[in-house]
Amino acid sequence: MKLNGSQIIMEILMEHGVDTVFGYPGGAALNVYNSLYDYSASINHILTAHEQGAAHAADGYARASGKTGVVFATSGPGATNLVTGIATAFMDSIPMVAITCNVADSLIGRDAFQEISITGVTLPITKHNYFVNKVEDLAEALRNAFRIANEGRKGPVLVDITKDITGANVLCEFIQQEPLPINPFPTISLPKLAEIIDVINLAKKPVVYFGGGVVASRARAEFAQFIQLIDAPATYSMMAAGVLDYCDPKNLGLIGMHGSMAANRAIDEADLVLAMGTRFSDRVALNTSRFAQNAAIIQIDIDEGEINKNVEINYDLVADIKEALTAMLPLLKQQNHSEWIEKVATFKKEVNVELEGATLRPKDLIHATCDLTDKDTVYVTDVGQHQMWAAQYIKHKKAENFLTSGGLGTMGFGYGAAIGAQYACPDKRVIHFTGDGSFHMNLNEACTAVSYNLPIITIIFDNKVLGMVYQWQTLFFQKHYSQTILERKTDYVQLAKGFGAVGFEVSTLEEFEEAYKKALKIDGPVWIACRIHRDERVLPMIPNGGTLKDMIID
Amino acid sequence: MREVISIFVDNQANVLTRVASLFGRRGFNIDSLTVSTTNDPNLSRITVVFNGDAQALSQILSQTKKLEVVKQIYTLEKDSSLYRELLLLKVSSGELQRSSIKDIVDIYRGKIISLSKDSMIVELTGAPEKIDGFLEMLACYEIIETCRTGITGISRVSNNVESEDC
Repeated sequence: MKLNGSQIIMEILMEHGVDTVFGYPGGAALNVYNSLYDYSASINHILTAHEQGAAHAADGYARASGKTGVVFATSGPGATNLVTGIATAFMDSIPMVAITCNVADSLIGRDAFQEISITGVTLPITKHNYFVNKVEDLAEALRNAFRIANEGRKGPVLVDITKDITGANVLCEFIQQEPLPINPFPTISLPKLAEIIDVINLAKKPVVYFGGGVVASRARAEFAQFIQLIDAPATYSMMAAGVLDYCDPKNLGLIGMHGSMAANRAIDEADLVLAMGTRFSDRVALNTSRFAQNAAIIQIDIDEGEINKNVEINYDLVADIKEALTAMLPLLKQQNHSEWIEKVATFKKEVNVELEGATLRPKDLIHATCDLTDKDTVYVTDVGQHQMWAAQYIKHKKAENFLTSGGLGTMGFGYGAAIGAQYACPDKRVIHFTGDGSFHMNLNEACTAVSYNLPIITIIFDNKVLGMVYQWQTLFFQKHYSQTILERKTDYVQLAKGFGAVGFEVSTLEEFEEAYKKALKIDGPVWIACRIHRDERVLPMIPNGGTLKDMIID
Repeated sequence: MREVISIFVDNQANVLTRVASLFGRRGFNIDSLTVSTTNDPNLSRITVVFNGDAQALSQILSQTKKLEVVKQIYTLEKDSSLYRELLLLKVSSGELQRSSIKDIVDIYRGKIISLSKDSMIVELTGAPEKIDGFLEMLACYEIIETCRTGITGISRVSNNVESEDC
């Protein structure tokens, strides 16, 4: 059949099982949105308040569903507004396809109204991008975009399409087909695998350090089996919060800068560190030369580029985590490291700093939220102190239920991502933890949540400061609170009313629980501003470049 | 450690930008980069001369390999590869210097491709060491301008063992 570019876009989306897209129309996108109008029975478009929110929503949708997130934007500012969202997905290896429209090909390169070379802008933050100005090339570019986004280490791909080829009269022969096959995962090197098995079997004090790769390959079950079999304690990066049960005695908690005492000390004393689907970022291996100084390091990752990138590795295996685990499980002997596990358990230390005048503590707030909600809840965070508290204290059950901007650390990620998550999981409760700083960045998306009647509960850690920066200024900048004391006059109850949502303000745990129970019954977006003390800190903390001995615990 | 890396890429618009952008943002230190067509009209060859340790080399290979446009990448083994470079050099040469410069050019099997009353332009092709040697010999003359293309290289082995398809 003969189709124009806009119809081809819709057909390709349907080929790939895409029924939900997020976006914002505009001049160059008029043709595409006209086609969307015709295909509205098959493709549900969610209109956000801002393209950034749409990009975060597509990202949140992908994280929560495991499918590819799709976002539409027009040329120029529409496209540039996606940039932070695309970069966020890139840093966290989230499959996303961004479709932007550009001005007509005859105007390209002439600084036309709303013209920008978005392929140039997004070159360093996409796995690949396409500039398409011939209708014959469009289907192939889009099909490849879906393939690339999901191949190997996942990530975003952008397709920029000139307006002329989306017009009604530019037709091209189109034949439906299956999605392109995804290149198989790297072949597991059997000699390397055998060597790794030997090293694991011989270890006396092993620690598993795992990250987003375990989540991305959906290897939760295999991973749990693996941990039991090698009988090792485990610690995780931000991207893998929730893979292990909060109460599992082998779960040492978060690693790195705001990691637990037990996790960091276990890494320090281990004779073997087994890194799985994780990349030794500067927030984990704060001092790369001293990281795991007494241990041999095994790294298993799908991306060969991660091997030896930040920390020197002794044994490596390039593989998808699920495939690697499946290959390893039958070869491993049941280990018993009870002595080591008991020793590591003694490293655990509750960090509980008394704070005068604090009526609502972050940990209590998070635990109360979890206790009053069912286990399948999807937690989304913004970025800052509340994010670290969430990673430390949420009583997770499922990995895909914790959505956070780990690599880029994007303040303002949360609301958009929560909207995406609610579409991915319409039957699950979505809780959005945010700070007053992050919330003010993209609270405009509240109007989206109201328009579509999404029952997202936003819990605002309202300390009237930019807490994380404030904390650093307290510790390292002689309390010079440069531009971090907000003291904004936002009335969260009135604000919610203005948007058509419901707002609460609370300052004690009892008030919170009461408001939260009400929120759970409200059919639509709610936020609860929780007044917390501005001197609450994220602890423990190891400063940049520091080691265990630099850990701040009170 | 100096390594010469051969990268086969899709012959399409912006492909050099993609490779160069990656080198830039990852901070890979390169000495030279040349791009050429190949016998396959769909592929171009990028030859990169890279200076760094083994860790940096493995990073440049593994990160570059991930680019969608990169079809094949390998390091050229010193012993089994041939490298060539082209030099164009403009040197000041009055009547007095002309014949002595010509002698050196002849020894290096270069060509004088332009001559004027007070200067000449020399063309020389060869391995980078030869070009270096030639420049050293001419150092006592007044060099007005030089231009080197950077290395292009090819393996003598028919099936490069180092090669890896992407």
